Amino acid sequence: MRRSLHPTVWTLLALVLLLAANLALTPGFFHVGVRDGRLYGSLIDVLNHSSPVLLAALGMTLVIATKGVDLSVGSVVAISGAVAALMVTKGQAPLAQVAMVAIGVGLALGAWNGLLVSVLGIQPMVATLVLMVSGRGIAQLLTDGQIITFQDPGLASVAGGSVWGMPNPVMVAAAGLALVAVLARWTAFGTMVEAVGDNERAALLSGVPVRWIKLGAYLVAGVGSAVAGLIVCSFTKAADANNAGLYLELDAILAVVAGGTAMTGGRFTLLGTVVGALILQTLTTTILTKGVPVQWTLVVKAVAVLLVCLLQSEEFRAKVLARRAAA
Amino acid sequence: MRMFRRSNLPVWATLAVFVLAVTGASLRYEHFFSFDVFLNLLRDNAFLGLAAIGVTFVIVSGGIDLSVGAMIGFVGVFCATLMQAGVPGWLAIALALAIGTLFGLGMGALIAWYSLPPFLVTLAGMFLLRGLALVISMEALRIDDPLFEALGHSKWVAPGLFVAVLLLGVYLANFRPFGRAVYAVGGNEQSALLMGLPVRRVKAQVYALSGFCSSLGGVVFAFYTLSGNANSGMTLELDAIAAAVIGGTLLTGGVGHLFGTLLGVLILGTIQTVISFEGTLSSWWTRIAVGLLLLAFIGLQKLFQAGKADTP
Repeated sequence: MRRSLHPTVWTLLALVLLLAANLALTPGFFHVGVRDGRLYGSLIDVLNHSSPVLLAALGMTLVIATKGVDLSVGSVVAISGAVAALMVTKGQAPLAQVAMVAIGVGLALGAWNGLLVSVLGIQPMVATLVLMVSGRGIAQLLTDGQIITFQDPGLASVAGGSVWGMPNPVMVAAAGLALVAVLARWTAFGTMVEAVGDNERAALLSGVPVRWIKLGAYLVAGVGSAVAGLIVCSFTKAADANNAGLYLELDAILAVVAGGTAMTGGRFTLLGTVVGALILQTLTTTILTKGVPVQWTLVVKAVAVLLVCLLQSEEFRAKVLARRAAA
Repeated sequence: MRMFRRSNLPVWATLAVFVLAVTGASLRYEHFFSFDVFLNLLRDNAFLGLAAIGVTFVIVSGGIDLSVGAMIGFVGVFCATLMQAGVPGWLAIALALAIGTLFGLGMGALIAWYSLPPFLVTLAGMFLLRGLALVISMEALRIDDPLFEALGHSKWVAPGLFVAVLLLGVYLANFRPFGRAVYAVGGNEQSALLMGLPVRRVKAQVYALSGFCSSLGGVVFAFYTLSGNANSGMTLELDAIAAAVIGGTLLTGGVGHLFGTLLGVLILGTIQTVISFEGTLSSWWTRIAVGLLLLAFIGLQKLFQAGKADTP
């Protein structure tokens, strides 16, 4: 774990700085109150709204650690949201059943990506591009091109309800994190994922079931995205095949990389991913609470991506930081 | 028999699919097989084609460019705003192309000299361009410049520009040292470096070229729609990448041909035209069809590669 600590420290520092800036600029930023038995406040808001990205980013962390990438996250979100909305509007299905089916959809789509990558040996970026391109088409096919709105209290409670005062999305994301952390750090799975990403051939020769490991990573990504899809459609009480989860894959990749997991694979840090997702959402929330026009969000995000990339680049650190140290 | 080399086989397969698609469509719809439909196909997809030319160069060099769709939105808004402020049309175009090229060069420089992942840098580029376009104007802006109107109403300008840039690209790729260097860098960067090729400069140039192509695509899109909208060109980067892949370009770099990309763009356009001719089919079938086509071509490439190097 020591070697993966380094990049995460930088990310954590960035989050702390960002929060400190908020504390200085917005007096009530850290205020957490209770209303109707539910916590509220900017910090809770950050946690609440970062949960879809975090859920998608957990699986993405594993996928990227195997030297892969999953571009289909947004499409899986759209499909799972569409399926859930159809189930409650057409069939009045109970929440448990909707959740089971959504997770099933996530498993199926994850398996599709995983099979293309591990069995057919197609490059991850291309293999998941297929689902990224056609997935929204499939979601539109399901919803017949309409935005499906619903009032079902069960599905609405996914985002609207709370447990012990904490909004449900936060609890779901925390549960997801715990599950993936156990899978990755208490079983051999995590070590094998790193082995595959580090040197696939060596891993294969030392008896690591490379194909199964890759398949497993894409399955986790698929399920995470499907659950994120439930949360996203529950937030808006609608399934929008065109816009649900649009560019969520990019945010998830960003959270992973900002957290210190390198796109070259071989090592990963789940904690870093959590911090990365929180930074992304804190940036957005900061912009909203400061009354900066929304359109600046993307510009700020772009600058943040570049800064994170540059800080992680050895060449940049060698050239710029060393020069400054010498001067 | 260079034309029939193994690495060109996917392009021939793409050509076969295109011919098949057009033949099928012509048999089904009386007026499909006409020069007008073909010219419209080029005109309707010129902006995508222009962007795809740049993207092909980038992919062949072993990189990826996600910023081309956002560039089209940015250029439209940029030109429209300038012209509403009284700047003549030709100057707006020149400025848009210059900014597009410089923007690409900037991304390329970061990728080349700081070894940043192209995926993330061009992703940041995409956010930046889309964000700046939104900052300039959240609403769609009308363009009523006489030059833009004249160029926009012409049947020939957009297809002409597309074909001209395509031919220029083919010349660059196959008959200039730059093109050979791009293939070499994409094929094996280490070898290219050891051969003494200016790897970093080539990489930076490739993104500058892509920036130029996509900003030209944006200008053509502005002619075509006579408006600037920050949200236009959404997910166009995917279509451009799909066109290149369908045309036989390998995302691992080193292999690809602009002629294949042209065919890829035409196939995407034909699918759209067929779906609009059909009338009863909904537009989302386009996306599903493109996805299936992508899958088929990836499978095909896998077959051709199977005989070559054995990748683990």
